[in-house]
Amino acid sequence: MTKQRFHYCPGCTHGIIHRLVAEVIDEMEIREDTIGVAPVGCSVLLYNYLDIDMQEAAHGRAPALATGIKRVLPDRMVFTYQGDGDLASIGTAEIIHAAARGENITAVFVNNAIYGMTGGQMAPTTLAGQATTTSKTGRNIQSAGFPIRMSEMLATLDGAAYISRVSIHNPAHVIKAKKALRKAFETQKRGIGFSMVELLSTCPTNWGLKPTEALKWLEENMIPYYPLGEFKIKQEV
Amino acid sequence: MCHVRLDVPRSGDYCEKGGSPLRMMMKGNEAIGEAAVRAGCRYFFGYPITPQNELPEYLSYRLPEAGGVYLQAESEIAAINMVFGAAGAGARVLTSSSGPGISLKQEGISFLSGAELPCVIVNIMRGGPGLGGIQPGQADYFQATRGGGHGDYRTIVLAPGSVQEMADFTYWAFELADKYRNPVLILGDGVLGQMMEPVVFPPEAKADQTNKLWATTGCRGRQPNIIKSLYLNPEELEEQNKKLQEKFELIMQEVNRAEKYQVEDAEIILIAYGISARVSLAAIDAAREEGIKVGLFRPITLWPFPEKILLESLSKAKKLLVVEMSAGQMIEDVRLAVCGRLPVHFYGRTGGMLPSAKEILSKIKTLGGGASGRSIR
Ligand SMILES: Cc1ncc(C[n+]2csc(CCOP(=O)(O)OP(=O)(O)O)c2C)c(N)n1
Ligand code: SF4
Repeated sequence: MTKQRFHYCPGCTHGIIHRLVAEVIDEMEIREDTIGVAPVGCSVLLYNYLDIDMQEAAHGRAPALATGIKRVLPDRMVFTYQGDGDLASIGTAEIIHAAARGENITAVFVNNAIYGMTGGQMAPTTLAGQATTTSKTGRNIQSAGFPIRMSEMLATLDGAAYISRVSIHNPAHVIKAKKALRKAFETQKRGIGFSMVELLSTCPTNWGLKPTEALKWLEENMIPYYPLGEFKIKQEV
Repeated sequence: MCHVRLDVPRSGDYCEKGGSPLRMMMKGNEAIGEAAVRAGCRYFFGYPITPQNELPEYLSYRLPEAGGVYLQAESEIAAINMVFGAAGAGARVLTSSSGPGISLKQEGISFLSGAELPCVIVNIMRGGPGLGGIQPGQADYFQATRGGGHGDYRTIVLAPGSVQEMADFTYWAFELADKYRNPVLILGDGVLGQMMEPVVFPPEAKADQTNKLWATTGCRGRQPNIIKSLYLNPEELEEQNKKLQEKFELIMQEVNRAEKYQVEDAEIILIAYGISARVSLAAIDAAREEGIKVGLFRPITLWPFPEKILLESLSKAKKLLVVEMSAGQMIEDVRLAVCGRLPVHFYGRTGGMLPSAKEILSKIKTLGGGASGRSIR
């Protein structure tokens, strides 16, 4: 990681996830062989923090960029880092088809159930009843539909090699999250196919909660709807 | 229009025999594909749409033969973003589409230009707007030359007028893209894409891709490279815009091409590009036989518009007649160039209709008699 100070709000868990990705890259000794793709969202400045080659994608298109990079440089490690608006709304086609093709890339999917960067609007992953700036009295399932479980959905695709959901609401889970990220990167390194780790993350600012309350809210509300676990592990993994 | 060709050339056919350049009968769309391979392009990302399908179809077998990658994307949006990734990784990369697909690519084209990535984009135009039709058109001139995407950016636009030029301009497009680190658009139409003509391919270029020091290939032995178009600080963004504008200014000075036919003594000069220019030639010959002094000015670079070359060609001209397969788009650049010094008339067909030489001739005759104005049939 670089020495740059994070621009994130206090208590935001994007920073922890950046750290985990950086540690996995260092432990696998792939820093000079890795190209990352940054999303549009709060983590758009990811390239300021990770000390690796990076490209910045248009909103939702990171998996398409990663595909282009990987096809040109099949022996490098290529990953995307995407929020839930980026991956599960505007970029659903790109992530689904990257997974369906078995594109040998890794997606780091940060699900904080809200649009952070634009100020807390409803996301495709916003929970039923969850208040946002565009669903002030809580997400109404009748009109806004249901939150999407991306991991479960992508796990149905034959091209997906490793799909898991983890959380970072306490140190024990942070350790598990890192293991999952390592497994995903290893899956790519061994050329087995598409891998994704969904990380349940907090947005204290737009949830209107203190950082510790946010971690609790995640545990009590998000995990029941977004169960943790490995949804797809190809035999070779 | 949609048919399966079984007589596709196979790998052995591409070899130059006895060192002489390869000559083949080919459709314009295929000629672009073969020329791209010979220009060192090994990556194509696209999505099917008529009337350009022969190009991806050709590359779907030709690129793997050449050790490259053909990938049918899930949409034009994905395709142009795959192009972004591949271009950023340092490769020569191609995509192609027609009107509706190019509309979807505009966000990506703005990002490519903003991040200064080279690539070649082909638009084989059909009639619009909306889903329009699948017959040839030229109504994407505004989109191509003004940039349908957001922000102050430009794309270089080349307009071939024959199958040979489809091939030649593909080489040229890759060179320009790499030289200026900017997307280059080849603007053809359904007729040029589908018609067969003999085409001569120069030997394969040795594309030097080692000098792309900015590419993201993994930061081995150097500082990390970042490819981006985001500048949150407005001062920095304005600096970046100034830098881009200086580059566009340079392109305007350096990239200007047009073809002239019998303009020296011409009192009426037709201005047309692509297939409209070819039809205009026949009308000019017929008019000359009747003693009317007519010539043709054919812009080859549409952006930059070859304004200077046009102004140098007007010594005897009294009237200009712009012929397009649109309701009148390039005519705006002609008007800007002549700035009221000459009357600018128009003849256009739309919806996929091709103007005939006869129609153009009768329009020329009405001009001879002093009638003026716009006419769209
Ligand atoms: C095409 C396009 N549409 C909309 C936006 C505005 N926008 C910027 S970030 C964002 C949402 C990001 O939310 P998410 O992906 O959940 O990431 P987070 O900020 O929560 O980390 C939106 C809608 C944009 N930049 N581009
Ligand atoms: S808005 Fe939310 S996601 Fe964005 S930095 Fe702040 S806390 Fe993190």
